Amino acid sequence: MKRIATTLVVLGLTAGAALAEVAPNDVAFEDGAIEQSLSGTAGNAENGRKIATTKSLGNCVSCHAAEAYADVPFHGEIGPMLDGAGSRWEEAQLRGIVANAKMIFEGTMMPAFYKTNGYIRPGNAYTGKAAEGDLPPLLSAQQVEDVVAYLMTLKDE
Amino acid sequence: AFAFAAPVLADEDAELIVNGDLSIVTKTAAPAHLSDSLDEILSGWRFRNDDTQVMQMDDFDNPGMLGADVGLDQFAAVMGSEGKSCADCHDGPESLSTVRATYPKWNEAAGEVRTMQMQINDCLTNQMGAEAEKYDSAKMLNFEAMLAVAARGTPVNVAIDGPAQSVWETGKELYYTRFGQLELSCANCHEDNYGNMIRADHLSQGQVNGFPTYRLKNAKLNGIQSRFKGCVRDTRAETFNPGSPEFIALELYVASRGNGLSVEGPSVRN
Ligand code: HEC
Ligand code: HEC
Ligand code: HEC
Repeated sequence: MKRIATTLVVLGLTAGAALAEVAPNDVAFEDGAIEQSLSGTAGNAENGRKIATTKSLGNCVSCHAAEAYADVPFHGEIGPMLDGAGSRWEEAQLRGIVANAKMIFEGTMMPAFYKTNGYIRPGNAYTGKAAEGDLPPLLSAQQVEDVVAYLMTLKDE
Repeated sequence: AFAFAAPVLADEDAELIVNGDLSIVTKTAAPAHLSDSLDEILSGWRFRNDDTQVMQMDDFDNPGMLGADVGLDQFAAVMGSEGKSCADCHDGPESLSTVRATYPKWNEAAGEVRTMQMQINDCLTNQMGAEAEKYDSAKMLNFEAMLAVAARGTPVNVAIDGPAQSVWETGKELYYTRFGQLELSCANCHEDNYGNMIRADHLSQGQVNGFPTYRLKNAKLNGIQSRFKGCVRDTRAETFNPGSPEFIALELYVASRGNGLSVEGPSVRN
């Protein structure tokens, strides 16, 4: 039972439990940045690292390389290296980039991780079948916070 | 420098010569219609690792050639209620040596753009009284492999003007549409990022001059539109199906992006 509860939290499905969660459609962007925490709970950097480097989660590693996760095999080279991201950007900007990078980088290839609609032919994950109804965001509010917390630890030396 | 594990990389400067004597153009100037986006076009062969490249340099090492051989047997076999084989009407695959380089192609009588498979199905059903083959069935891909060998080394030269133009425009629009929850277009990966790694995959230009391709991953011949389906699915989108009007249009458009490369199928890919 405990295990199931944890899974639900990770998936962001426990709507009632979240304190002040901001729904994807209610996110306020300012110059591409998001000031307010999406979950109301501080991010966990260690968890964020896992999300960033796991294919079935954030899968940032598919497009971004980083010395910081050199232990993970096969880094993509589509986007910039993530080392130093925590020095280059404010927390609010990183939250905006992860939630919807297109708000800062117009037309960027980077997917929006906290968005649920506005897609062309949205599919049901990787099945190739049509999605039924609104999709859950690629990452939950807390997962975005975790990834942001991780990025904040990637400082220039 | 990168400390982490990287896959063995391709030799993008290698030249493809098959069986020691057939030169294949795997890199050339982009066709005029691409002048706004690409200077040169490259076959997917250039992006594969050394071992995979070598397999395609000798027909004895190329597992896709087995399919082409079966295609030859199929060509001579009687099929359907009319008691005919392909060979009854066509003088061997050599007589069809312009097909692979010029399809998809407008068919005046039918008033439609036809892929090779549509044309072969037309012959199967209307000329031979046989059952239509499913899109990208093993049998179809064997026929395609045989026709690719007959055309190997000749430049892809798909017509994009005249009555095919509106279909081509549709294909072009699809190519630049950002599908699925990941909002990715073909161009995001194959035009803006060819040569880059996406995780462990080395992105090519997504050309179709090498089809059908024998993929080491699934150990069989693979069709163009099934490959499209896989790529669209990977954007977390609802895909189109092989044989759909959308994929026929997309095949015409993508094939035209390879105008000038040699037909090189059956190719070997990972
Ligand atoms: C499909 C490719 C792709 C994926 C997946 C992806 N990104 Fe990006 N990302 C990019 C690209 C491309 C850029 C460069 C922005 C632009 O288009 O100018 C970028 C930019 C960024 C930047 C700003 C870079 C800098 O330091 O200046 C950060 C931070 C970032 N991404 C983090 C992430 C995180 C975290 C994830 C996963 C949750 C992720 N990205 C997933 C492609 C991707
Ligand atoms: C009874 C005669 C007949 C048989 C049998 C037949 N075909 Fe055809 N085939 C034709 C005719 C006629 C055309 C020209 C059709 C047209 O242009 O509309 C054609 C056209 C083609 C073309 C396109 C040629 C081009 O230059 O555009 C291909 C490829 C082809 N056939 C393959 C096959 C294969 C493979 C088989 C066996 C499965 C086969 N045909 C069996 C009569 C036949
Ligand atoms: C998220 C990235 C991505 C997107 C989007 C994508 N592809 Fe691909 N595609 C790949 C990868 C990875 C491969 C395997 C490596 C290679 O050949 O590029 C591939 C392979 C191919 C190949 C095989 C090339 C060969 O030489 O065998 C074709 C053809 C192709 N893609 C066409 C398309 C088309 C058409 C679209 C749009 C409908 C598309 N792709 C969208 C990633 C993508």
